[in-house]
Amino acid sequence: MRFKKEKWLSFLVVSPSILAVGIFVYVFIAWTVRVSFTDWKGMIPDYTFIGFKNYINLLTSDPRFMVDIRNTVLFTVPFVLGSLVLGLLSALLVDQELKGEGFFRSLFLFPLAISYIVTGVVWRWLMNPATGTRMTGLNLLFDQIGLGFLNSSYTATPTYGMVYIAIPAVWQLSGYCMALYLAGLRAIPDELKEAARVDGATEFQIFRHIIFPLLRPVTFSAMIILGHMSLKAFDLIIAVAGKQYPLDMPSIYMWNATFDAHLYGTGAAISILMLIGVAVLIIPYLHYSLREEGRQ
Amino acid sequence: MKNFKLAYLSYIPIIILSLFYLIPMYMMLITSFKGLDEVSIKTMWALPKTLSFENFRIAYAELSPYLWNSLRMVIPAAIISSIIGSINGYFLAKWKFPGADFIFPLILFGMFLPYQSILIPLVDFMHKINLYGGIPGLMMVHIIYGIPITTLTFRNYAASIPDELLEAGKLDGAGMFRLFYYLYLPFSVSAFVVVLIWQFTQAWNDFLFSVVLTNSANWTVTVALNNMAGGQIIAWNVQMAASLLAALPTLLVYIFLGRYFIRGMMAGALKG
Repeated sequence: MRFKKEKWLSFLVVSPSILAVGIFVYVFIAWTVRVSFTDWKGMIPDYTFIGFKNYINLLTSDPRFMVDIRNTVLFTVPFVLGSLVLGLLSALLVDQELKGEGFFRSLFLFPLAISYIVTGVVWRWLMNPATGTRMTGLNLLFDQIGLGFLNSSYTATPTYGMVYIAIPAVWQLSGYCMALYLAGLRAIPDELKEAARVDGATEFQIFRHIIFPLLRPVTFSAMIILGHMSLKAFDLIIAVAGKQYPLDMPSIYMWNATFDAHLYGTGAAISILMLIGVAVLIIPYLHYSLREEGRQ
Repeated sequence: MKNFKLAYLSYIPIIILSLFYLIPMYMMLITSFKGLDEVSIKTMWALPKTLSFENFRIAYAELSPYLWNSLRMVIPAAIISSIIGSINGYFLAKWKFPGADFIFPLILFGMFLPYQSILIPLVDFMHKINLYGGIPGLMMVHIIYGIPITTLTFRNYAASIPDELLEAGKLDGAGMFRLFYYLYLPFSVSAFVVVLIWQFTQAWNDFLFSVVLTNSANWTVTVALNNMAGGQIIAWNVQMAASLLAALPTLLVYIFLGRYFIRGMMAGALKG
């Protein structure tokens, strides 16, 4: 009997949080879904049901949303790949037990403590595409140290400008991948590597056939987490690019549609499409992680 | 010892990699300290000739109301978040009520939510409860959307406390609130540090909620910085000084409590 009472009390203590998350996450999502099925324009709420029209418009006939999808791909691929490669590389290097290891580790991680806005403001300046006497930022540095061939027009590059916004994103989040990979590397028992060495395996073979396969779950987690971040990317894009059409993303379109143009139906539909993208990545991940946890 | 030569060779790539992380910081630092007479493009990568704090003075004059807004919002938000998280974590891990394991992932999903998908109702709701535009409303939003991560971190901590300890306490006649206070809280001091600085950093660096939910008098520093940057009105070296000021609180937290910051970050990857 006593146990039952305690469980009931325990639920009572947690229930305000459950209620808050229930409302602020799930009721609000339902509310947004409802708005996405309406033609609400302007300041006065209008809940006239129009079905999937907003979604169909976005996905079939809205050139701006086509640009957004293309840009999301152009941003996500270099961002995720770049962060994984740099993260793995820096983890392997830091794991060599070099002198000053702690310094390098802290250096690779500190961008995580900074806001995307600060990162964006600094990188926007560094990636200035001006040429000739007005040349500045990274281009000027490359020019001055004889690496002028690296000069680029960065985000002003036609069609592929979005790719360059991945550079500050990698700068900010590769440290996160490093931390994940380091934890993964340190969980690999030394005996495994020793045994392979005794059998005459080279360091590269050990990496290729033992370490790399054992890091696969880490790579998987990192890809999911970074992938969902890039679907949500907003602050960094705003700070690097402002609201430029060629560098548009779903989050920025959602913003413009909702808060500038007051096309609430369209804004809501964009945000629900973003939510679906995130849910497709995150729900299986949560399921998998919590099941693993249950097994331990 | 085993890889003596390999270790030495590792310095070359690691130093090249370091440059990538250092260049933006170097640029931000040197530009911030340059006097207004030194803004010439040709010398932008050179060290400043003298250390001038003039840029910081101007930047602080511009940003100070917003820096204070951020601080006033972030500190209580981080403290309240941690308290709520500590309670949720303990009860969800150690006093599981029926359905607790079903509700937990539903709470966790809130951590990954693209906030765009709740913004329209949120703005409406905040107007209705008269919390739109100000600091208290923004604080509340950070606390509520912080519940998933704070609960997760504390739940992992609580789960690491052996059940035998709780059982022993129960045999001595302690109830769950007593055990919370005398057993769990002393155990979870480091969890508090982790969650406090994580929430501090998240709320300080947030842009989206602040730009949507506050009016110009209550902007936080990220919104003010974004509006200041990119304009032609304010000189670049002042903008860099302003960026440094905006980043300073979280950088200091990272420098002095980096270990805890990283633990908070790893908790977000679920298997921490």
